[in-house]
Amino acid sequence: MVKASRIRRGSAFVLLASALSLSLSAGAPAQAAAVKCGTVNLADNAWVGYEANLAVISYVLKTNLGCKVVVKNLTEQVSWQGFPTGEIDAVLENWGHDDLAAKYITKDKTAVDLGPTGNKGIIGWYVVPWMAKKYPDILNYKNLNKYASLFKTSESGAKGAFLDGDPSYVTNDEALMKNLKLNYKVIYSGSEAALITSFRNAEAQKKPMIGYFYEPHWFLAQVALKHVALPAWTTGCDANAKTVACDYPPYVLNKIASTKFMKSGSPAAAVIKNFSWTNADQNSVAKSLSVDKLTDDAAAKIWVTANQATVNKWLGK
Amino acid sequence: MSTSVLEKSAKSPKPVIAKPPRTNRHLAILTLGFLFFGILFRGIATLPLDRSSLTSFQNWLNSVSIWIGDNRTSNPIFTTFINVIRSSIDSFVKGIQNLISQSMGESTSPLIGWFGIVVLLTFIALMMANWRIALLVALGLGTLGLLGFWQESMDTLALTIAAVVLALLIGIPLGICAGLYPKFERTITPLLDFAQVMPTFVYLTPVTLFFLIGPASATIVTLIYAIPPALRITAVALKEVPWASVEAAISMGSTPFQALRKVQLPQAKRTIVVGINQTIMAALSMVTIAALIDAPGLGKVVIRALESLDIGKSFQAGLGIVILAVILDRTTTAAAAKVEKEATDHSNHMRHRVILSIGAVVTVTSVYISHSVNWAGNFPGTGFLGTNIAKYSDLMTQWVQLHAVSVTNSITDIVSYGLINPIESLLTQSPWFITGIAFVLLATIFGGKKLAGIAAFCVLGIVGTGLWSDTMTTLASTLVAAIVTVAVGVIFGVWIGRSKRADRWMRPILDAGQVLPAFVYLVPFLGLFGATRFTAILAAIVYAAPASIKLMADGIAGIPASITEAGIAAGSNTWQMIMKVQLPSARRNLTLATNQGLIYVLAMIVVGGLVGAGGLGYLVVAGFSQSSLTGKGLAAGLAIVLLGILLDRITQAAAVKSTLERKK
Repeated sequence: MVKASRIRRGSAFVLLASALSLSLSAGAPAQAAAVKCGTVNLADNAWVGYEANLAVISYVLKTNLGCKVVVKNLTEQVSWQGFPTGEIDAVLENWGHDDLAAKYITKDKTAVDLGPTGNKGIIGWYVVPWMAKKYPDILNYKNLNKYASLFKTSESGAKGAFLDGDPSYVTNDEALMKNLKLNYKVIYSGSEAALITSFRNAEAQKKPMIGYFYEPHWFLAQVALKHVALPAWTTGCDANAKTVACDYPPYVLNKIASTKFMKSGSPAAAVIKNFSWTNADQNSVAKSLSVDKLTDDAAAKIWVTANQATVNKWLGK
Repeated sequence: MSTSVLEKSAKSPKPVIAKPPRTNRHLAILTLGFLFFGILFRGIATLPLDRSSLTSFQNWLNSVSIWIGDNRTSNPIFTTFINVIRSSIDSFVKGIQNLISQSMGESTSPLIGWFGIVVLLTFIALMMANWRIALLVALGLGTLGLLGFWQESMDTLALTIAAVVLALLIGIPLGICAGLYPKFERTITPLLDFAQVMPTFVYLTPVTLFFLIGPASATIVTLIYAIPPALRITAVALKEVPWASVEAAISMGSTPFQALRKVQLPQAKRTIVVGINQTIMAALSMVTIAALIDAPGLGKVVIRALESLDIGKSFQAGLGIVILAVILDRTTTAAAAKVEKEATDHSNHMRHRVILSIGAVVTVTSVYISHSVNWAGNFPGTGFLGTNIAKYSDLMTQWVQLHAVSVTNSITDIVSYGLINPIESLLTQSPWFITGIAFVLLATIFGGKKLAGIAAFCVLGIVGTGLWSDTMTTLASTLVAAIVTVAVGVIFGVWIGRSKRADRWMRPILDAGQVLPAFVYLVPFLGLFGATRFTAILAAIVYAAPASIKLMADGIAGIPASITEAGIAAGSNTWQMIMKVQLPSARRNLTLATNQGLIYVLAMIVVGGLVGAGGLGYLVVAGFSQSSLTGKGLAAGLAIVLLGILLDRITQAAAVKSTLERKK
């Protein structure tokens, strides 16, 4: 059985290339570090928010500590498998994964929790902004049935269509529809790309649309989707995937590193441990990456230049 | 590339006992019977399964995958065998990458820089083919650099080379065995069929289960896809060598091995080179897809662009893949032609040698320069050509999306309500045994008892995976896509088959359609048609139609002149000519085009799952990214394979039967 607290959000397009951040390492060490940094193996999970963390951390490690950063495009599951083998030194944005934490941190002691990234994660149901304006009461789940007919499409039969995204998001949506007695059919769009395109087109054409989404996400800066409130989350209310009838839990996103790496004395370990920033910080870098289409290093450079004080804190200066 | 269609699952037609040509009546009765009983027992025994529920079989698959994960570092099968294969393939790929694409240690460029690679590959093309092809190679490689993806292109090339070398090392010896020993060939043929009919995405999951993701898995996945053409064509090549010449050699005192080396292999050389061409093209198309399991290269750029919906960039990288494909295809095709020519022509050797020696000196010098001089190491500039292409394709897509969306939305609705929904509801709402019996009867009509047995096995197998209902959803979309594909195939095939000029114009477009990774056009399609089954069907058609068109065109063009002349003499006009003479004469190709259309559409099922088609494709992707659904994803893969075998065998048999009936 799947619990909401185990939500995984790699992309269906499992892995992203971050060959760029590898190949661009030509912008070699600016200052030689006191302790030699060596190679740092970072996992690259496939959503843009993660990409933003990765871009900035790699940039700081390369330019300030002279590390050689190797980026590995892996699913979340496989990233954790890399801790004991030494293939992965750190995961930079972890969403829950209680099962993996129990195995690798508590039981095997091959990984350690490096604390929050400072980003708060929200998962839930969202509608396009024009609808929230026109039908203000739609933001409460109790009124959703009233509007179900608006959401009917060729894919949903007699019910309203509710769009789910990437298959790696473990959702409760099908069970929620049943348990909250909502007249909607969950359509599996199959990818984040499909989900975002659908939301964007719906807003542009003023078409009704409701679906699954999450924050922090760069897309919300373009189209400010509105969150629909479900019955509030309480500890354990989502324990049974069949009977769940409450909202998704709030997430405190954190960093995970391999025990080996933390003991190696690499100066990079301390920087990753100290790394912390806000949702606004991440969104600005994510926007540079996905909307302005900058390379990882270029996007990171802009943010680092503007936020040198924060970076100095990570560096322990 | 141009002949790949025919090879995809070309097998020797099995002799079938010819039945009286009452096929059409039987088919009509079967259809009516299925509709009647399907609707009568509507909603009974449809075997639905909730998205998050798993059957015991699927749970068992899950536990297998967990066991593998737990034992990967401890079990001797892994530590002494699988992990060793993984690390040796990994280092093989890394070696080639260090040579042409990735820098090593302190250096900032690979061992051979871009300049060296351009000169080297151009020289190879000159040696293997001719100066025209060499020019094409030089221009093509230059364009790759200007697109701004030099390193990614070389990564793709490196992986392709690694896979092709291994595929040939395995495929050619096995092919020789198959060519010499019919018994061995009979044993191995079903396996080859299986590997080629199986949609490529399906074996991504099982392979990563054992080999994790990364270059090694990517290479292995590519091997599975690329070995069959190498093996098959080598076997065919050897069998084509006249037995008399082998006997002659043996009677002159050669051992069988000498006869093989001195007589059979040289004579089979040309066909084997064709096989190498097929292997390369198969490997290239797979290497792009393997980006899903972390294969480096252009495929990754495309997938990453999809992540941030960067249409321009995905198009740019897609173009790079097409250019690579054209270079590799044209070089090997020309090489095959040259092998044939050289067998008969021995003139001009002196001049050749001089040109080649000069070329060799230039090449060695260039490679050295590219290794030691900075400008020749990393491709200069940021790819202004690529940036512009990206910009304009972006603008164009946006414009089209903005202006065409009301039209495209109504197209989606018309097709969905009018065609997809009725077919899907018929298939998913009919009892499984009614649909199953219909399949078995269909198989009986075309292929007799033996095929009926296979059909029954497939139907029961699908029920066993626990995914009958999802399979029917997928089948509905597959049928719609296949119908359109065949229709497009007939229309364009007739046009191209009748006109040399149309052929010359359309071939490159068709080739591009076949090698362009589907991800490239998914995003624009999503914008136009939404996350719907229709978008998935459209993507499948773009991928599958070229194969059908080529087959139909070959069929029309291959009609003996005597038949068409007779038609003209009888005073037929163009329309009568097509309907009465050409289409009936190309009937076997029509059924083959249907077969290939279905196989290619099936290959896109998983891609469809990424854009809202649901069904088995979605489950494969979900199983791939979620450990709790791994078992279900594997079961979905199995269901796709069974569905593929079922549809492939039935349409193959229909093709054979239509040939036999024509001969009567």
